[in-house]
Amino acid sequence: MSIWEYANPKKFMQTSAWALPWAVGLTVILLIVGLVWGFFFTPDDYKQGSTVKIIYLHVPSAMMAINAWVMMLVTSLIWIVRRHHVSALAAKAAAPVGLTFTLIALVTGALWGQPMWGTWWAWDPRLTSFLILTLFYFGYIALWAAIEDPDTAADLTSILCLVGSVFALLSRYAVNFWNQGLHQGASLSLDKEENVSDVFWVPLLVCIAGFVLLFVTMVLLRTRTEIRSRRLKALLARERVA
Amino acid sequence: MKALLLRDLRLAFRSGGGFGLGLAFFFLLSVLVPLGVGPEGGTLARIAPGILWVGALLACLLSLDRIFALDHEDGSLDLLATAPIPLEAVVALKALAHWIVTGLPLTLIAPGLAIFLNLPPAGYPWLILSLLLGTPALSIIGAFGAALTVGLRRGGLLLSLLVLPLYVPTLIFGGEVVRRGAEDMALGTPLALLAAISLGATALLPFAAASALRVNLR
Repeated sequence: MSIWEYANPKKFMQTSAWALPWAVGLTVILLIVGLVWGFFFTPDDYKQGSTVKIIYLHVPSAMMAINAWVMMLVTSLIWIVRRHHVSALAAKAAAPVGLTFTLIALVTGALWGQPMWGTWWAWDPRLTSFLILTLFYFGYIALWAAIEDPDTAADLTSILCLVGSVFALLSRYAVNFWNQGLHQGASLSLDKEENVSDVFWVPLLVCIAGFVLLFVTMVLLRTRTEIRSRRLKALLARERVA
Repeated sequence: MKALLLRDLRLAFRSGGGFGLGLAFFFLLSVLVPLGVGPEGGTLARIAPGILWVGALLACLLSLDRIFALDHEDGSLDLLATAPIPLEAVVALKALAHWIVTGLPLTLIAPGLAIFLNLPPAGYPWLILSLLLGTPALSIIGAFGAALTVGLRRGGLLLSLLVLPLYVPTLIFGGEVVRRGAEDMALGTPLALLAAISLGATALLPFAAASALRVNLR
């Protein structure tokens, strides 16, 4: 029993069919609990008032926007090294989900920034690197869409993902050159003295878990769709030959 | 290898080779910006480093799709791929040819255009040095983007979309060097990082570009 068994599309379809209802159920429960708890049963912040509640959407989606790219990086590596089709398809499936999370993080950040910083947008290092991440997502998705042959597309997008990751990291540290920016530093770390209070931290944790599962669910669903459309194409091609 | 470099240079300099397009663009941008922004010297001096770097970057971007597209169309890229020199070297040579045709002339005319933009005198040596160090990175990153999109019929727009985020660190460090140079500040760190990006990209990206080309020529 190894993880590579799931590289077999049939095995992947069986397992994901079993796992999907659980993932959907847990996502719904965690998101409802986390968001309702966060929105209605936490106190207002003493400085930020009720706008602090955007945190329950903003932080989890920003985290998942980055994690989705990391997942694409890993699956792209697996595709390049071991050429498992499910891996390439999972990377393809994750990209639009990651892009959506990035956009949610940017939009909620703008909505939060307007009352707090008095501006929708600032060229702050974190904001700028998220904008660059958005560009990377767009480029990656556009490259998938532009190439007809699926294997060529998988190869080229994987190479782009590897090179892009290096440059995304470089940009992240390059933008630090300007200034420290408006965005606050990390305040959810496990080892820091100064963190957000537990009143906000626990529902936020539930929301983060909900967003992780939401991502897993969507990627599973989209990968299954991709595999099905691959199968459909193969069937049609076979019919045309016969 | 020398023959390949000379061939690329000759093709670029002959009519229809696209040489001069980037230069003309750079020139137009540097003339139009003061007209749009207004002639006030202080404002121009403040935005000059950024405008010059953005202009050089966009001028580079204009000619990127020519790096491989023409050779792909007439089939000589297939011949180069089966030639006895490694494909990585072909990529590096083509990037070098692109740099000689765009990056180097851009660097040479940049001080002239900086006069239009009222760049402070202290910035000139750093402008030349940063462009000299940074434009090779633009060419080699662009060659990578061109290798990714070489098989596509209308790859131009996609090429720009793919390459722009890759250009971000180079642009930031390049602009920063000139800005600090113009204001007489310490600029060792961005200069070293700019050189590091150029060297790192030149060392590693030919491999990525060559593997992308192999996929596209399959």
